[in-house]
Amino acid sequence: MELLVASGIGFLTATGIYLMMRRRTLPIVVGLTFLSYGVNLFLFTMGRLTIGAPPIYEGSNILYADPLPQALVLTAIVISFGMTALIVVLALRSFLDTGSDAAAIGPEDMVRDFGPEPRGNEW
Amino acid sequence: MIAALVALIPTLGAFVPVLSDRAGRNICSISTGLISLTAFVLLMTLAPGVISGEEVGFRAAWIPELGLNFSFFVDGLGLFFASLILLMGLLVILYARFYLASADPMGRFYAFLLLFQGAMLGIVLSDNIILMLVFWELTSLSSFLLIGYWNHLPESRQGARMSLIVTGGGGLALIGGMLMLGSVAGTYELSEIIQRRDVVVSSPLFVPMLGLILIGAFTKSAQFPFHFWLPHAMAAPTPVSAYLHSATMVKAGIFLLARLWPVFAGTEMWFLVVSLAGLTTMVVGAWIAIFRDDLKALLAYSTVSHLGLITMLLGLGTRMAAVTAVLHILNHATFKAALFMSAGIVDHETHTRSIAKLGGLRKLMPITATLAIIASLAMAGIPLFNGFVSKEMMLEEASHTVYGGMPWLFPLLATLGALFSVAYSARLLHATFFGETRFPDAKHPPHDPPLGMWLPVAILVVPVIVFGLVPGLAEPIVRLTAAAVINGELPNFYLSLWHGVTPALVMSIIAVAGGLLLLAAYGPIEQMRQAAPRPEAKPAFERTVRAGAAGASGLTTFLHNNDLSRYMFVIVLAVAGLGAAAFFNTTHGGGTADMLGMSLPAMVGWLALLTACGVAVVRHHDRLLMLIVTAIAGLVVSLVFLQFSAPDLALTQISVEVVATILMLLALNLLPKSTPHETSAGLRAGHGVTALFSGVAVGALALSVLTRGYQTISDYHIAQAKPGGGGTNVVNVILVDFRGYDTYGEIIVLGIAALVIFALLDLGPKARQAAGAMARPLSSRSGEPHPIMLVVVTRVLLPLALTVGIFIFLRGHNMPGGGFISGIVVAIAFIMQYVASGYAWAHDRRRLDGQLMISAGILIAGATGVASWLFGSPFLTSTYDYFHIPLIGEVELASALAFDLGVFLVVVGTVLLSLSTISRAEAIGDEMEQAGTLPKPALGPEPAASQPAAPAPFARERQKEPV
Repeated sequence: MELLVASGIGFLTATGIYLMMRRRTLPIVVGLTFLSYGVNLFLFTMGRLTIGAPPIYEGSNILYADPLPQALVLTAIVISFGMTALIVVLALRSFLDTGSDAAAIGPEDMVRDFGPEPRGNEW
Repeated sequence: MIAALVALIPTLGAFVPVLSDRAGRNICSISTGLISLTAFVLLMTLAPGVISGEEVGFRAAWIPELGLNFSFFVDGLGLFFASLILLMGLLVILYARFYLASADPMGRFYAFLLLFQGAMLGIVLSDNIILMLVFWELTSLSSFLLIGYWNHLPESRQGARMSLIVTGGGGLALIGGMLMLGSVAGTYELSEIIQRRDVVVSSPLFVPMLGLILIGAFTKSAQFPFHFWLPHAMAAPTPVSAYLHSATMVKAGIFLLARLWPVFAGTEMWFLVVSLAGLTTMVVGAWIAIFRDDLKALLAYSTVSHLGLITMLLGLGTRMAAVTAVLHILNHATFKAALFMSAGIVDHETHTRSIAKLGGLRKLMPITATLAIIASLAMAGIPLFNGFVSKEMMLEEASHTVYGGMPWLFPLLATLGALFSVAYSARLLHATFFGETRFPDAKHPPHDPPLGMWLPVAILVVPVIVFGLVPGLAEPIVRLTAAAVINGELPNFYLSLWHGVTPALVMSIIAVAGGLLLLAAYGPIEQMRQAAPRPEAKPAFERTVRAGAAGASGLTTFLHNNDLSRYMFVIVLAVAGLGAAAFFNTTHGGGTADMLGMSLPAMVGWLALLTACGVAVVRHHDRLLMLIVTAIAGLVVSLVFLQFSAPDLALTQISVEVVATILMLLALNLLPKSTPHETSAGLRAGHGVTALFSGVAVGALALSVLTRGYQTISDYHIAQAKPGGGGTNVVNVILVDFRGYDTYGEIIVLGIAALVIFALLDLGPKARQAAGAMARPLSSRSGEPHPIMLVVVTRVLLPLALTVGIFIFLRGHNMPGGGFISGIVVAIAFIMQYVASGYAWAHDRRRLDGQLMISAGILIAGATGVASWLFGSPFLTSTYDYFHIPLIGEVELASALAFDLGVFLVVVGTVLLSLSTISRAEAIGDEMEQAGTLPKPALGPEPAASQPAAPAPFARERQKEPV
């Protein structure tokens, strides 16, 4: 079981990283989602795998799954959603404004050009 | 306290001239002068104590952990320099009142000047070396501001920048060196460091420490090879040149050498480096000065040369040389400042500083000429003026210095330096004040300036003559100061004009005769010099700065090419590289704990995940497919949570998955439906290998953790959930109670994200047009956009869904559920209405808007926290009790429930606000079509899945991208 979960985390991470290196916004957002899955699972597994022992208190001296990683991951899932929603809207807005969903800026689109040559003959 | 005030009064008083500027130029200069005068009077009250050998100082702890104290001390050296700074400052303030033109902003000038004065006083009076470094940097900055005072002139700006780079760079080196010194000596107080020579000298850090300190001192005091900035600093107004760049700031480096003399003098490195650098500077500076045409440039190189002389004396390391250095600091400050001010007067009256255009001014401006002649003779080292006495003593010291087994080197070069200085002094005098009368503006013959302008010069010339005729009068000052420099017994000496026929006298005579001969042969020598190649520091400096800027820019453009794909690749490679380095440099292996047995459903889920990931990678160009497999992966993840005893996580994941998928689909509707193939096969392979490597690494890491035992830190949470938090769902209790503060922060983040989304989709006209074109118009959709079955079912389901949501919320404290999950469930119930009945219908009927719910949620959660203050408990302390409600029975109400209500409201608000905002953007197309304003652009109404959407802009984009 551990092997399946660990390899699953590996699949999710690799997929996420590959998609995040694409050149268009939507695949990058999806890549981030995959990476979030992987990271959340990874954090969750830090509490090790336990079957049939949810952390609902029924008395002492009973084995429970570790609740702390679960609490961390629960908020992480919700925050991941907020983040995904934000960047997907950011991507949408930039596409509507520029007509392109490329995650790269051409030099002529830069507001300021930090070129090597100084302006004027000051130096 | 007074010691600290002396430094702080001018620094803090810098705003006075800015305010008094409006009251007129006289008031402005008088108020500035009064500030300096106050500081001087305070300093003089300390003088008796210093003379009688008491410890005079002030100390307050500032950041003692860093060794930083607000501590000052005054000894002979500090008193000498501080008096010099304040007296020269007063004269310069007077002079500047008449020098500055009416168009020059006087308040600003005096403010910078006072700032500088305070900083300089801080350097010479600080006891703590870190405090001194702060003042040291402040002098560099105020010098920058003063050199660039006429900021409309390019040479002012260039000179200011160059001096800032050189002295600021040296300041960085100095910080390093001084921190090493402090840590080696075990104290950061100068007065203690100078007692610990043995510890410092025997330190293994001695060479880098001294090297860095010397770089700091040499850059500040314009020692070869850092001398080039000083002549360019002459673009400053002349009062600044007289004050900063001859009398005070450039002596900061020398002050530092003198201050640290007891620690370093006499070591081999000190002698070899400092004396040679000083000697070289003296000779090179004097040689260049001979050929300068600009009066101020000539004086600047002369200053470089004299600073070299003092540095050399300090470098020799003998006590008598230190005494001589002190005397020359005093003498140089007087005659050189007088000369700079005279040059300023000439410039002021004739509007030129070029020697070639001047001559015979002695007849037109007799007072100025007399004063300048006296000061020049002192500079040349002619008897009866103060420069002679210290020069003789310098030559005496040089005459018995053996450097690297060469007894002739120092006497010869010192004589040469003196010879050159006779030559440039004579040239300056001859060309400006003697010979044929010449001045550029024939209509306005120059004349002596007002009293206020020549009086400071006259005051400075008094000691030039007095100490020249009766050197013994300077002896008390020199003894007091030199005793502080040496920090021990003074050598047996007396200052006098006549010491008999000594080697120094012979060298002096040679220098005067040789200097005059050199001037006689000036023409041919100048021609030879012009023909010979000579290194120019300024272009070389500029080339260096440019090369540095180009290198930095090149590196930046390589790493930072505005392509996110490249950044990601670089970042992932860097992280993977770090991980690999750590991995291969330690021992490692799998764990030994028992693993759980595999089950068939788990295998199926694993296969589904593998397939989803594979499809996402291979077929990501088809964006709809990509989103579908993303949702599949999310489902498998929630099943994993369910399998491994995390029902709360499973519930959260699956409900978030629903919302996220709807959101992504909505966004996709306005975005291109496919991704073009635009990455080369090689790069794709590189990305693939990197991603695969990262995945294997993370998977292996997870496996090695999973197969090891561990000690949980959650026992406390499990044990205290019920008695402390009043709930049995430990995860929920952690969220709303144990870690409530974290949760509070997170819901605020969520709310902010939703508000940003709302603001981002407040589209401008152009973006509205684009959105209208991308959204598929009504006419292209199926005949029934809102199927009646779906509408009816969702409307009937709404109360049921809300009930489920409330149920999940209420039981959350004891059973899986809670604010986060129920918030999403309730939001989904509302979103179903949007999906089924359309944006317009749902929007019209909504009662609560997202912003209101988010604010209310954060306020409720916050108020729950604040409420615990009323009971004298810390923020967010929870409490609970049992209530008996008729019919329902015993009910437990925890204050955490109110907090969870806040969480719930924020989550509902966030989800609703985000999704409804996007839906509104989708509806733009419908509105436009109904209004008949829908554009028919190149994007086309159907940016079909088969083609990359909007090919035209992309084609243009590709051409634009850098190679």
